[in-house]
Amino acid sequence: MKNILKSTLAILGVLVTFSSCNNSSNSGQKSGALASNVAERVYVAPGEYDSHYAFLSGGYSGNLTVYGLPSGRMFKEIPVFSQFPTSGYGYSEETKPMLNTSHGFIPWGDAHHPDISQTKGEIDGRFIFINENNTPRIAKIDLKTFETTEIIEVPNSAGNHSSSFVTENTEYVVAGTRFSVPIPQRDMPIKEYKGNFKGALSFISVAPETGEMDIKFQVLMPGFNYDLSHPGRGKSHGWFFFTTYNTEEASTLLEVNASQNDKDFIAAINWKKIEEYVNNGGGTMMPANYAHNVYDESTHTATSTMKKEVRVVNPSEVPGAVYFLPTPKSPHGCDVDPSGEYIVGNGKLSANLTVHSFTKMLDAIENKKFAGEAYGIPILNFEDVLAGVVEQPGLGPLHTEFDGKGNAYTTFFISSEVVKWKLGTWEVIDRKPTYYSVGHLTIPGGNSGKPQGKYMFAMNKITKDRYLPTGPEMEHSAQLYDISGDKMELLLDFPTHGEPHYAAAMEASLIKERSQKIYKLADNKHPYAAKSDADTKVVRKGKDVHIYLTTIRSHFSPDNIEGVKVGDKVYFHVTNLEQDFDVPHGFAVIGQNNSELLVMPGQTKTSVWEPKQVGVWPFYCTDFCSALHQEMQGYIRVSAANSDTPIKWSLGEDIE
Amino acid sequence: MKKASIIMIIGSLLLLGLFKFPLWNIMLGAPQYPDPLGMNIYIDGIKGFSEFDLQNIDGLNHYIGMKTIPKANEMWEFSLFPKVIFGMAMLGVIIGLLGYFNKVSYKYFLGWFLLMSVLGVLGMYDFNNWLTDYGGNLDPHAIIKVTNPDGTPMSYKPPLIGFKKLLNFDVTSLPHTGGYLMFIGMSLTIVAFWLGRKTSLTTKT
Repeated sequence: MKNILKSTLAILGVLVTFSSCNNSSNSGQKSGALASNVAERVYVAPGEYDSHYAFLSGGYSGNLTVYGLPSGRMFKEIPVFSQFPTSGYGYSEETKPMLNTSHGFIPWGDAHHPDISQTKGEIDGRFIFINENNTPRIAKIDLKTFETTEIIEVPNSAGNHSSSFVTENTEYVVAGTRFSVPIPQRDMPIKEYKGNFKGALSFISVAPETGEMDIKFQVLMPGFNYDLSHPGRGKSHGWFFFTTYNTEEASTLLEVNASQNDKDFIAAINWKKIEEYVNNGGGTMMPANYAHNVYDESTHTATSTMKKEVRVVNPSEVPGAVYFLPTPKSPHGCDVDPSGEYIVGNGKLSANLTVHSFTKMLDAIENKKFAGEAYGIPILNFEDVLAGVVEQPGLGPLHTEFDGKGNAYTTFFISSEVVKWKLGTWEVIDRKPTYYSVGHLTIPGGNSGKPQGKYMFAMNKITKDRYLPTGPEMEHSAQLYDISGDKMELLLDFPTHGEPHYAAAMEASLIKERSQKIYKLADNKHPYAAKSDADTKVVRKGKDVHIYLTTIRSHFSPDNIEGVKVGDKVYFHVTNLEQDFDVPHGFAVIGQNNSELLVMPGQTKTSVWEPKQVGVWPFYCTDFCSALHQEMQGYIRVSAANSDTPIKWSLGEDIE
Repeated sequence: MKKASIIMIIGSLLLLGLFKFPLWNIMLGAPQYPDPLGMNIYIDGIKGFSEFDLQNIDGLNHYIGMKTIPKANEMWEFSLFPKVIFGMAMLGVIIGLLGYFNKVSYKYFLGWFLLMSVLGVLGMYDFNNWLTDYGGNLDPHAIIKVTNPDGTPMSYKPPLIGFKKLLNFDVTSLPHTGGYLMFIGMSLTIVAFWLGRKTSLTTKT
């Protein structure tokens, strides 16, 4: 029956395509016909799926949002560095450890650059990594569950901005510091910045099977600002490139003082060489204090471990591992083309776009053609490494992505446009306006050796006049372009949540089938799980009361609880007994000082409640779960601190 | 007669497929279940079509007061059926072998078929009774009560075979691999009978 339906739809589809072709030829490419054609190309009919997933960073929301392309529909918000009352992330006892740092519990983060794990230079869809800028951290999201499963804090770092990009087999995810700081941190005059501050570039190893992260080493670079980075790939695999600004090492009014040098640098790091040095015992272990938080899917619980040392490497002690490529002028984006030959350094204050050649760089290194050195690190000659210049393509170049067909697409912040140009000939092919002040842009797979073409979307900082106004603040906007032809075509505006700083995208087929539908109750190893109504109980341990609570359509077990007293600390351990896709249950109790819980099928989550008033208080399910959802409720009796009400609980009968 | 006996043996042995494949399958689809729920009925118990289907069917059925789907040890049929099937398969093989060595006539093949058919009809009758009880014997405290236009309580009995609409669910009930193997096996014993008869008539004339 389904097949018949499908083939009918397919035939209808053919007819629709046919007739629309006729329409456009009849009307002679008029804008009306074109516009409807564009609408069809982003229309995903009810019940149909988008062809691509896009993961947009939430910037200051600390989250990651999941969108479909080409529809621009938002599917999910994944909490990463911020508490999220929708699910209880960062509020539940199990997930609080995820937000632990050396500065204590931090309920917010500034999430910037998501990057998807790769195998042999191609996106493999296993994990997505994202950096936190403010309190330097790197998070890993498992694309089986779309949940944050690991966060590692980065010591010696500040403004973790040139992150979190992965090497072509996900050997490392990098976390480069934007701000240089005293290492180790100490009390010293700020004006003594120059020569005393350092920039830590951290190489975090990723275990091939589990994805577990560990800081393998940190390269302690001169005190510049390390802005963005990109791994080499193909021929340049083994190298990592970082743009710098403030090579002046100014410490005040940087908008002037960090813009004095005509050229800053791209730092080229041969990480394979440093890895070898480290594997042979190179570098020194340095005292440190940073959190490593891991979420265990079988106990549904995160643990936070404080690590006490980190291996640091002085680049001048590893000859041949680090070089500086002069790049005009305060370069921001640092992007490597799919072949690994071209390194695009977008000088954000430069009128031109500078592209370096990896081959020329190696050649200059081999022939020792150095222009000088900085803190023991050789500086190459600008002319010796230059592959070409895109002349005056626009104002304020920021970021570049590639379509895998020899073309590059660069965003221009000041002139608000995307410019398409050709690698090798450096000629501008096309330009399209964005609305307005574009930051990053993304091509699915554009950050890998094999871009998946077809679409490109630009993420704008300002949205005025694109949507109905919503008071002084509007959500940022992304704009979707079809890049399958010679010219870019604007297809769609769609609003984004938070600041869509950067995004990663890929073909849906890579992860859709692997997406997990439930947690198996049988595999639930949470110490407070109740795996059936029969396992439910209430246990008092001093002033702590542990309630082993279950949820299933449409009741809690138990639904009546007595014997709790004012001043107790009540742990509601809620296990969802459902084993059916997309049937979570919620839990909320009156006067809860943290948040509700949203518990997935087979999962256990814990909310702490500290009753302050005597009474009989209700709790209920917050997620509409069934026809009897409104009836899914219970009562908890709170007695005076000095009362002797015994602990009792029941379901389906009165407490005697 | 040799050829007929071999077909008889093969036909009987096909019954053993019921030890590996389900006899029957019932699928329940609804708008909120784009992947339909389902159960496979084996001769020794009922299993979900997907891992958690039985739990989810029971979860839905509790609204209308249906009993939970019986476990293997909760129905005598699930311990008797395997014995009957194994016994009939062995009996068929023995009759086939005896036929092969001309110890019994081809008429025994038909006898086996008739016996198997009677047992089959009894099995279907029992199965239908169970479906009627399962779909009609509802908990009087059920939270959802639906009545027919004439005022009698609605039965949620799935169809013995074919398609039926039960509230928001589309229910399809059809034989499965084991059942088809059994039908093919039984048909082969008829073929064996017919071949045996033909051979015997040819020999006589």
